[in-house]
Amino acid sequence: MKTAAKVKTLTIDGVEVGAREDQTILEVAREHKIHIPTLCWMGGLSNVGACRICLVEVKGVNKLLPACVTRIQEGMEVTVHSERLARYRRQILELLFAERNHVCSVCVSNGHCELQAMAMALEVTHVHYPYQYPKLPVDASHERFVADHNRCILCTRCVRVCDEIEGAHTWDVMARGADCRVITDLAEPWGTSESCTGCGKCVQICPTGALSEKGKSVAEMSKRRQFLPYLTLMREGKHER
Amino acid sequence: MKDNGKVRLATVWLDGCSGCHMSLLDTDERLIDLAQHVQVLWGALVDSKEFPEEVDVTLVEGAVSSEEDLHRIKLIRSRTKLLVSLGDCAVTGNVPAMRNKFGADAVLKRAYLENATLDAQIPREIIPALLPHTRPVHELVTVDIHIPGCPPPADLIFSVLNDLVQGRTPRVVAKFG
Repeated sequence: MKTAAKVKTLTIDGVEVGAREDQTILEVAREHKIHIPTLCWMGGLSNVGACRICLVEVKGVNKLLPACVTRIQEGMEVTVHSERLARYRRQILELLFAERNHVCSVCVSNGHCELQAMAMALEVTHVHYPYQYPKLPVDASHERFVADHNRCILCTRCVRVCDEIEGAHTWDVMARGADCRVITDLAEPWGTSESCTGCGKCVQICPTGALSEKGKSVAEMSKRRQFLPYLTLMREGKHER
Repeated sequence: MKDNGKVRLATVWLDGCSGCHMSLLDTDERLIDLAQHVQVLWGALVDSKEFPEEVDVTLVEGAVSSEEDLHRIKLIRSRTKLLVSLGDCAVTGNVPAMRNKFGADAVLKRAYLENATLDAQIPREIIPALLPHTRPVHELVTVDIHIPGCPPPADLIFSVLNDLVQGRTPRVVAKFG
Protein backbone atom coordinates (compact mmCIF):
# COMPACT_ATOMS: atom_id res chain seq x y z
CA MET A 1 0.00 0.00 0.00
CA LYS A 2 1.60 3.18 -1.14
CA THR A 3 0.99 6.50 0.50
CA ALA A 4 0.26 9.19 -2.02
CA ALA A 5 3.21 11.54 -2.42
CA LYS A 6 2.45 15.16 -1.80
CA VAL A 7 2.29 17.46 -4.76
CA LYS A 8 4.23 20.70 -4.68
CA THR A 9 4.27 23.63 -7.04
CA LEU A 10 7.28 25.56 -8.20
CA THR A 11 8.48 27.56 -11.20
CA ILE A 12 11.23 26.58 -13.62
CA ASP A 13 12.38 29.42 -15.86
CA GLY A 14 9.14 31.19 -15.03
CA VAL A 15 6.93 28.24 -15.97
CA GLU A 16 4.63 27.08 -13.18
CA VAL A 17 4.84 23.33 -12.67
CA GLY A 18 3.44 20.79 -10.23
CA ALA A 19 5.44 17.75 -9.12
CA ARG A 20 5.71 15.05 -6.47
CA GLU A 21 7.71 16.15 -3.44
CA ASP A 22 10.21 13.29 -3.87
CA GLN A 23 11.24 14.43 -7.34
CA THR A 24 14.42 16.27 -8.24
CA ILE A 25 14.58 19.53 -10.17
CA LEU A 26 16.09 17.62 -13.11
CA GLU A 27 13.25 15.07 -13.23
CA VAL A 28 10.60 17.75 -13.10
CA ALA A 29 12.34 19.86 -15.75
CA ARG A 30 12.57 16.84 -18.08
CA GLU A 31 8.90 16.02 -17.57
CA HIS A 32 8.12 19.52 -18.76
CA LYS A 33 10.54 19.37 -21.70
CA ILE A 34 12.85 21.94 -20.14
CA HIS A 35 16.38 20.96 -21.10
CA ILE A 36 19.14 20.90 -18.47
CA PRO A 37 22.50 19.61 -19.74
CA THR A 38 23.97 16.61 -17.85
CA LEU A 39 27.05 14.40 -18.10
CA CYS A 40 27.22 12.07 -15.08
CA TRP A 41 23.45 11.54 -14.93
CA MET A 42 22.14 8.30 -16.40
CA GLY A 43 18.52 7.20 -16.25
CA GLY A 44 18.20 3.98 -14.24
CA LEU A 45 21.16 4.71 -11.98
CA SER A 46 21.39 6.62 -8.71
CA ASN A 47 22.17 10.35 -8.90
CA VAL A 48 25.49 11.61 -7.55
CA GLY A 49 25.97 15.19 -8.77
CA ALA A 50 29.55 14.41 -9.81
CA CYS A 51 29.95 16.52 -12.93
CA ARG A 52 28.14 19.75 -11.88
CA ILE A 53 27.06 20.47 -15.45
CA CYS A 54 23.39 20.51 -14.34
CA LEU A 55 23.90 23.42 -11.92
CA VAL A 56 20.83 25.67 -11.58
CA GLU A 57 19.93 28.85 -9.72
CA VAL A 58 17.33 28.74 -6.95
CA LYS A 59 15.97 32.06 -5.75
CA GLY A 60 17.04 32.81 -2.17
CA VAL A 61 19.95 30.36 -2.26
CA ASN A 62 23.24 32.12 -2.93
CA LYS A 63 25.06 29.10 -4.31
CA LEU A 64 24.31 27.07 -7.42
CA LEU A 65 22.68 23.67 -6.92
CA PRO A 66 23.01 20.50 -9.02
CA ALA A 67 19.56 19.79 -10.45
CA CYS A 68 20.04 16.00 -10.46
CA VAL A 69 20.33 15.71 -6.66
CA THR A 70 18.24 18.67 -5.49
CA ARG A 71 14.71 17.82 -4.37
CA ILE A 72 11.97 20.27 -5.20
CA GLN A 73 10.31 22.41 -2.56
CA GLU A 74 7.04 24.29 -2.40
CA GLY A 75 7.32 27.71 -4.00
CA MET A 76 10.83 27.14 -5.33
CA GLU A 77 11.84 29.52 -8.12
CA VAL A 78 14.37 27.72 -10.32
CA THR A 79 16.36 29.21 -13.19
CA VAL A 80 17.98 26.72 -15.55
CA HIS A 81 18.99 29.09 -18.36
CA SER A 82 20.95 32.26 -17.68
CA GLU A 83 24.16 33.91 -18.83
CA ARG A 84 25.74 33.15 -15.47
CA LEU A 85 24.83 29.44 -15.63
CA ALA A 86 26.04 29.16 -19.22
CA ARG A 87 29.36 30.68 -18.15
CA TYR A 88 29.78 28.31 -15.22
CA ARG A 89 28.81 25.26 -17.27
CA ARG A 90 31.41 26.19 -19.88
CA GLN A 91 34.02 26.66 -17.15
CA ILE A 92 33.25 23.26 -15.62
CA LEU A 93 33.52 21.62 -19.02
CA GLU A 94 36.79 23.40 -19.79
CA LEU A 95 38.21 22.22 -16.46
CA LEU A 96 37.29 18.65 -17.39
CA PHE A 97 39.20 19.03 -20.65
CA ALA A 98 42.21 20.65 -18.96
CA GLU A 99 42.38 18.05 -16.20
CA ARG A 100 43.19 14.98 -18.34
CA ASN A 101 44.50 14.16 -21.80
CA HIS A 102 41.40 14.24 -23.97
CA VAL A 103 42.90 14.22 -27.43
CA CYS A 104 39.62 13.93 -29.33
CA SER A 105 41.20 13.51 -32.76
CA VAL A 106 42.82 10.20 -31.84
CA CYS A 107 40.14 8.84 -29.49
CA VAL A 108 38.20 5.62 -30.02
CA SER A 109 35.05 7.56 -29.15
CA ASN A 110 35.66 10.53 -31.48
CA GLY A 111 32.26 11.47 -32.88
CA HIS A 112 30.36 9.37 -30.30
CA CYS A 113 31.53 11.09 -27.13
CA GLU A 114 29.25 12.88 -24.68
CA LEU A 115 32.04 15.18 -23.46
CA GLN A 116 32.86 16.21 -27.03
CA ALA A 117 29.17 16.69 -27.85
CA MET A 118 28.65 18.75 -24.70
CA ALA A 119 31.53 21.07 -25.65
CA MET A 120 29.82 21.69 -28.97
CA ALA A 121 26.38 22.13 -27.38
CA LEU A 122 27.73 24.69 -24.90
CA GLU A 123 29.76 26.36 -27.67
CA VAL A 124 33.12 25.81 -26.01
CA THR A 125 35.67 26.59 -28.73
CA HIS A 126 38.79 26.51 -26.57
CA VAL A 127 39.96 25.88 -23.02
CA HIS A 128 40.97 28.96 -21.00
CA TYR A 129 42.83 26.95 -18.35
CA PRO A 130 46.32 25.52 -18.80
CA TYR A 131 46.22 21.84 -19.71
CA GLN A 132 47.65 19.66 -16.94
CA TYR A 133 48.99 16.74 -19.04
CA PRO A 134 48.90 14.25 -16.13
CA LYS A 135 50.75 10.98 -16.57
CA LEU A 136 47.97 8.41 -16.41
CA PRO A 137 47.93 4.70 -17.12
CA VAL A 138 46.04 2.73 -19.76
CA ASP A 139 44.89 -0.63 -18.41
CA ALA A 140 44.62 -3.10 -21.29
CA SER A 141 44.93 -6.19 -19.11
CA HIS A 142 41.32 -7.25 -19.61
CA GLU A 143 40.67 -9.77 -22.34
CA ARG A 144 38.00 -7.70 -24.09
CA PHE A 145 38.09 -4.16 -22.68
CA VAL A 146 40.46 -1.23 -22.17
CA ALA A 147 40.44 1.44 -19.45
CA ASP A 148 42.16 4.64 -20.55
CA HIS A 149 42.36 6.96 -17.55
CA ASN A 150 43.50 9.82 -19.77
CA ARG A 151 39.93 10.12 -21.00
CA CYS A 152 38.03 9.58 -17.75
CA ILE A 153 35.90 12.44 -16.37
CA LEU A 154 35.12 10.65 -13.07
CA CYS A 155 31.38 10.63 -13.71
CA THR A 156 31.25 7.27 -11.84
CA ARG A 157 28.65 5.81 -14.19
CA CYS A 158 30.81 2.65 -14.40
CA VAL A 159 30.94 2.42 -10.60
CA ARG A 160 27.18 2.80 -10.30
CA VAL A 161 26.15 0.47 -13.12
CA CYS A 162 28.50 -2.25 -11.84
CA ASP A 163 27.16 -1.96 -8.31
CA GLU A 164 23.49 -1.17 -8.88
CA ILE A 165 22.65 -3.14 -12.01
CA GLU A 166 25.24 -5.90 -12.41
CA GLY A 167 25.72 -6.30 -8.64
CA ALA A 168 29.44 -7.01 -8.96
CA HIS A 169 30.89 -3.75 -7.55
CA THR A 170 34.16 -4.26 -9.40
CA TRP A 171 34.58 -0.53 -9.98
CA ASP A 172 35.16 2.02 -7.27
CA VAL A 173 36.87 5.37 -6.75
CA MET A 174 40.34 5.88 -5.30
CA ALA A 175 42.14 8.97 -3.89
CA ARG A 176 41.10 12.61 -4.02
CA GLY A 177 41.50 15.74 -6.11
CA ALA A 178 43.79 15.47 -9.11
CA ASP A 179 44.85 11.96 -8.02
CA CYS A 180 41.29 10.65 -8.05
CA ARG A 181 40.80 7.59 -10.26
CA VAL A 182 38.31 4.84 -10.94
CA ILE A 183 39.73 1.45 -10.01
CA THR A 184 38.88 -2.22 -10.45
CA ASP A 185 38.81 -4.29 -7.26
CA LEU A 186 41.49 -2.95 -4.89
CA ALA A 187 43.31 -0.97 -7.62
CA GLU A 188 44.37 -4.17 -9.32
CA PRO A 189 44.63 -4.75 -13.08
CA TRP A 190 41.18 -5.15 -14.62
CA GLY A 191 42.28 -8.37 -16.29
CA THR A 192 42.97 -10.10 -12.98
CA SER A 193 39.86 -8.79 -11.22
CA GLU A 194 38.01 -11.64 -9.53
CA SER A 195 34.75 -9.75 -9.17
CA CYS A 196 34.40 -8.58 -12.80
CA THR A 197 31.86 -10.68 -14.70
CA GLY A 198 32.96 -9.27 -18.06
CA CYS A 199 29.40 -8.07 -18.76
CA GLY A 200 30.62 -4.84 -20.38
CA LYS A 201 27.89 -2.57 -18.97
CA CYS A 202 30.52 -0.14 -17.71
CA VAL A 203 31.98 0.11 -21.21
CA GLN A 204 28.63 0.76 -22.88
CA ILE A 205 27.64 3.38 -20.33
CA CYS A 206 30.94 5.32 -20.23
CA PRO A 207 30.32 8.77 -21.75
CA THR A 208 33.83 9.11 -23.23
CA GLY A 209 36.55 6.87 -24.62
CA ALA A 210 37.78 6.00 -21.12
CA LEU A 211 36.26 2.53 -21.30
CA SER A 212 36.19 0.84 -24.68
CA GLU A 213 36.13 -2.51 -26.40
CA LYS A 214 39.44 -3.91 -27.58
CA GLY A 215 40.07 -3.80 -31.30
CA LYS A 216 38.31 -0.48 -31.84
CA SER A 217 40.32 2.19 -33.61
CA VAL A 218 39.84 5.97 -33.77
CA ALA A 219 36.15 6.95 -33.90
CA GLU A 220 35.00 3.32 -34.04
CA MET A 221 33.68 2.99 -30.49
CA SER A 222 29.99 3.87 -30.43
CA LYS A 223 28.24 2.80 -27.24
CA ARG A 224 25.00 0.86 -26.85
CA ARG A 225 23.03 2.44 -24.03
CA GLN A 226 19.59 1.01 -24.76
CA PHE A 227 19.95 -1.89 -22.35
CA LEU A 228 19.93 0.20 -19.20
CA PRO A 229 16.36 1.54 -18.85
CA TYR A 230 15.14 -1.94 -19.80
CA LEU A 231 17.23 -3.67 -17.13
CA THR A 232 16.17 -1.21 -14.46
CA LEU A 233 12.54 -1.59 -15.39
CA MET A 234 12.73 -5.37 -15.16
CA ARG A 235 14.60 -5.35 -11.86
CA GLU A 236 12.16 -2.98 -10.22
CA GLY A 237 9.19 -4.84 -11.60
CA LYS A 238 7.83 -1.59 -13.01
CA HIS A 239 6.88 -3.31 -16.27
CA GLU A 240 3.98 -5.01 -14.49
CA ARG A 241 2.31 -1.77 -13.52
CA MET B 1 42.55 46.86 -45.14
CA LYS B 2 44.75 48.60 -47.67
CA ASP B 3 43.86 50.84 -50.61
CA ASN B 4 42.40 48.11 -52.85
CA GLY B 5 39.71 47.44 -50.24
CA LYS B 6 40.71 43.81 -49.87
CA VAL B 7 41.27 41.98 -46.60
CA ARG B 8 44.96 41.24 -46.18
CA LEU B 9 45.13 37.53 -45.33
CA ALA B 10 47.98 35.30 -44.22
CA THR B 11 48.13 31.66 -43.19
CA VAL B 12 50.90 30.02 -41.17
CA TRP B 13 51.85 26.47 -40.41
CA LEU B 14 53.43 25.74 -37.04
CA ASP B 15 53.44 22.26 -35.42
CA GLY B 16 50.64 20.59 -37.35
CA CYS B 17 50.22 18.12 -40.19
CA SER B 18 49.00 20.66 -42.83
CA GLY B 19 45.56 19.01 -42.74
CA CYS B 20 43.91 22.31 -41.78
CA HIS B 21 45.43 23.94 -44.85
CA MET B 22 44.12 21.00 -46.90
CA SER B 23 40.67 21.60 -45.41
CA LEU B 24 40.95 25.29 -46.38
CA LEU B 25 41.70 24.19 -49.96
CA ASP B 26 38.67 21.88 -49.74
CA THR B 27 36.48 24.98 -49.89
CA ASP B 28 37.07 24.40 -53.61
CA GLU B 29 35.52 26.90 -56.04
CA ARG B 30 34.41 29.13 -53.18
CA LEU B 31 38.08 30.15 -52.96
CA ILE B 32 37.52 32.04 -56.20
CA ASP B 33 34.73 34.05 -54.57
CA LEU B 34 36.90 34.66 -51.54
CA ALA B 35 39.75 35.82 -53.77
CA GLN B 36 37.56 38.77 -54.83
CA HIS B 37 37.67 40.00 -51.26
CA VAL B 38 41.06 38.97 -49.95
CA GLN B 39 44.65 39.51 -50.83
CA VAL B 40 46.79 36.57 -49.72
CA LEU B 41 50.04 38.01 -48.44
CA TRP B 42 51.58 34.93 -47.00
CA GLY B 43 50.95 31.21 -46.78
CA ALA B 44 52.42 27.97 -45.54
CA LEU B 45 54.34 27.41 -48.76
CA VAL B 46 55.53 30.89 -49.76
CA ASP B 47 59.23 31.30 -50.29
CA SER B 48 59.59 34.68 -48.61
CA LYS B 49 61.23 34.35 -45.21
CA GLU B 50 59.87 37.47 -43.55
CA PHE B 51 56.25 37.58 -42.37
CA PRO B 52 54.59 40.69 -43.85
CA GLU B 53 53.69 43.73 -41.79
CA GLU B 54 50.13 44.95 -41.33
CA VAL B 55 48.07 41.83 -41.92
CA ASP B 56 44.33 41.94 -41.29
CA VAL B 57 43.64 38.25 -40.68
CA THR B 58 46.10 35.42 -40.00
CA LEU B 59 45.01 31.80 -39.80
CA VAL B 60 47.38 29.76 -37.63
CA GLU B 61 47.57 26.03 -38.06
CA GLY B 62 49.55 24.02 -35.54
CA ALA B 63 50.66 24.17 -31.94
CA VAL B 64 53.67 26.05 -30.58
CA SER B 65 56.37 23.41 -30.09
CA SER B 66 59.78 24.93 -30.80
CA GLU B 67 61.65 28.14 -30.05
CA GLU B 68 61.17 29.04 -33.72
CA ASP B 69 57.38 28.56 -33.42
CA LEU B 70 57.35 30.80 -30.35
CA HIS B 71 59.40 33.50 -32.04
CA ARG B 72 57.20 33.37 -35.15
CA ILE B 73 53.86 33.46 -33.35
CA LYS B 74 54.92 36.51 -31.32
CA LEU B 75 56.01 38.31 -34.49
CA ILE B 76 52.84 37.27 -36.30
CA ARG B 77 50.69 38.49 -33.42
CA SER B 78 52.40 41.87 -33.42
CA ARG B 79 51.73 42.26 -37.15
CA THR B 80 48.18 40.89 -37.28
CA LYS B 81 44.92 42.61 -36.43
CA LEU B 82 42.86 39.43 -36.05
CA LEU B 83 44.50 36.14 -35.18
CA VAL B 84 42.56 32.92 -35.83
CA SER B 85 43.56 29.57 -34.30
CA LEU B 86 42.71 27.08 -37.03
CA GLY B 87 42.24 23.48 -35.96
CA ASP B 88 42.85 21.40 -32.88
CA CYS B 89 46.67 21.66 -32.77
CA ALA B 90 46.48 25.45 -32.56
CA VAL B 91 43.39 25.36 -30.31
CA THR B 92 44.21 22.49 -27.91
CA GLY B 93 47.76 21.32 -28.63
CA ASN B 94 46.21 18.08 -29.92
CA VAL B 95 48.60 15.32 -31.06
CA PRO B 96 51.83 17.40 -30.90
CA ALA B 97 51.06 18.07 -27.22
CA MET B 98 50.85 14.36 -26.43
CA ARG B 99 54.59 14.49 -25.82
CA ASN B 100 54.03 16.81 -22.85
CA LYS B 101 53.43 13.81 -20.61
CA PHE B 102 56.97 12.59 -21.28
CA GLY B 103 58.96 15.78 -21.92
CA ALA B 104 61.04 16.94 -24.88
CA ASP B 105 64.16 14.98 -23.94
CA ALA B 106 62.38 11.63 -23.93
CA VAL B 107 60.89 12.37 -27.35
CA LEU B 108 64.23 13.38 -28.89
CA LYS B 109 65.90 10.33 -27.40
CA ARG B 110 63.23 8.07 -28.81
CA ALA B 111 63.32 9.61 -32.28
CA TYR B 112 67.01 10.25 -32.78
CA LEU B 113 68.80 7.70 -30.59
CA GLU B 114 66.65 4.65 -29.94
CA ASN B 115 65.17 4.46 -33.43
CA ALA B 116 68.24 5.56 -35.40
CA THR B 117 70.37 2.94 -37.08
CA LEU B 118 73.27 5.01 -38.33
CA ASP B 119 75.30 7.68 -36.53
CA ALA B 120 72.64 8.22 -33.88
CA GLN B 121 72.74 11.75 -32.46
CA ILE B 122 70.33 14.43 -31.31
CA PRO B 123 70.51 17.39 -33.71
CA ARG B 124 71.73 20.57 -31.97
CA GLU B 125 72.15 22.88 -34.99
CA ILE B 126 69.92 24.27 -37.77
CA ILE B 127 66.80 22.50 -36.45
CA PRO B 128 65.04 24.73 -33.88
CA ALA B 129 65.18 23.49 -30.28
CA LEU B 130 62.00 22.01 -28.86
CA LEU B 131 60.29 23.86 -26.02
CA PRO B 132 59.81 21.81 -22.83
CA HIS B 133 56.07 21.69 -23.58
CA THR B 134 53.95 22.02 -26.71
CA ARG B 135 51.32 24.69 -26.10
CA PRO B 136 48.09 25.82 -27.77
CA VAL B 137 48.53 29.22 -29.42
CA HIS B 138 46.25 31.12 -27.00
CA GLU B 139 48.40 30.14 -24.01
CA LEU B 140 51.21 32.27 -25.49
CA VAL B 141 49.58 35.11 -27.43
CA THR B 142 46.07 36.56 -27.57
CA VAL B 143 43.87 34.72 -30.04
CA ASP B 144 40.72 36.38 -31.38
CA ILE B 145 38.84 33.44 -32.91
CA HIS B 146 39.15 29.69 -32.32
CA ILE B 147 38.09 27.12 -34.88
CA PRO B 148 38.36 23.63 -33.38
CA GLY B 149 38.36 20.44 -35.43
CA CYS B 150 40.87 17.94 -36.74
CA PRO B 151 40.66 19.29 -39.32
CA PRO B 152 37.86 21.88 -39.11
CA PRO B 153 35.34 21.15 -41.89
CA ALA B 154 35.84 23.18 -45.08
CA ASP B 155 32.33 24.62 -44.76
CA LEU B 156 33.14 25.99 -41.33
CA ILE B 157 36.42 27.56 -42.45
CA PHE B 158 34.65 29.14 -45.39
CA SER B 159 31.80 30.51 -43.28
CA VAL B 160 34.25 32.06 -40.81
CA LEU B 161 36.34 33.63 -43.59
CA ASN B 162 33.22 34.79 -45.38
CA ASP B 163 31.89 36.42 -42.21
CA LEU B 164 35.23 38.15 -41.68
CA VAL B 165 35.47 39.58 -45.20
CA GLN B 166 31.87 40.76 -44.92
CA GLY B 167 32.70 42.48 -41.64
CA ARG B 168 30.62 40.16 -39.44
CA THR B 169 31.74 38.49 -36.20
CA PRO B 170 31.64 34.76 -36.85
CA ARG B 171 29.88 32.44 -34.42
CA VAL B 172 31.83 29.20 -34.25
CA VAL B 173 29.96 26.03 -33.30
CA ALA B 174 32.24 23.06 -33.86
CA LYS B 175 33.52 19.97 -32.14
CA PHE B 176 37.03 19.15 -31.02
CA GLY B 177 38.53 16.23 -32.92
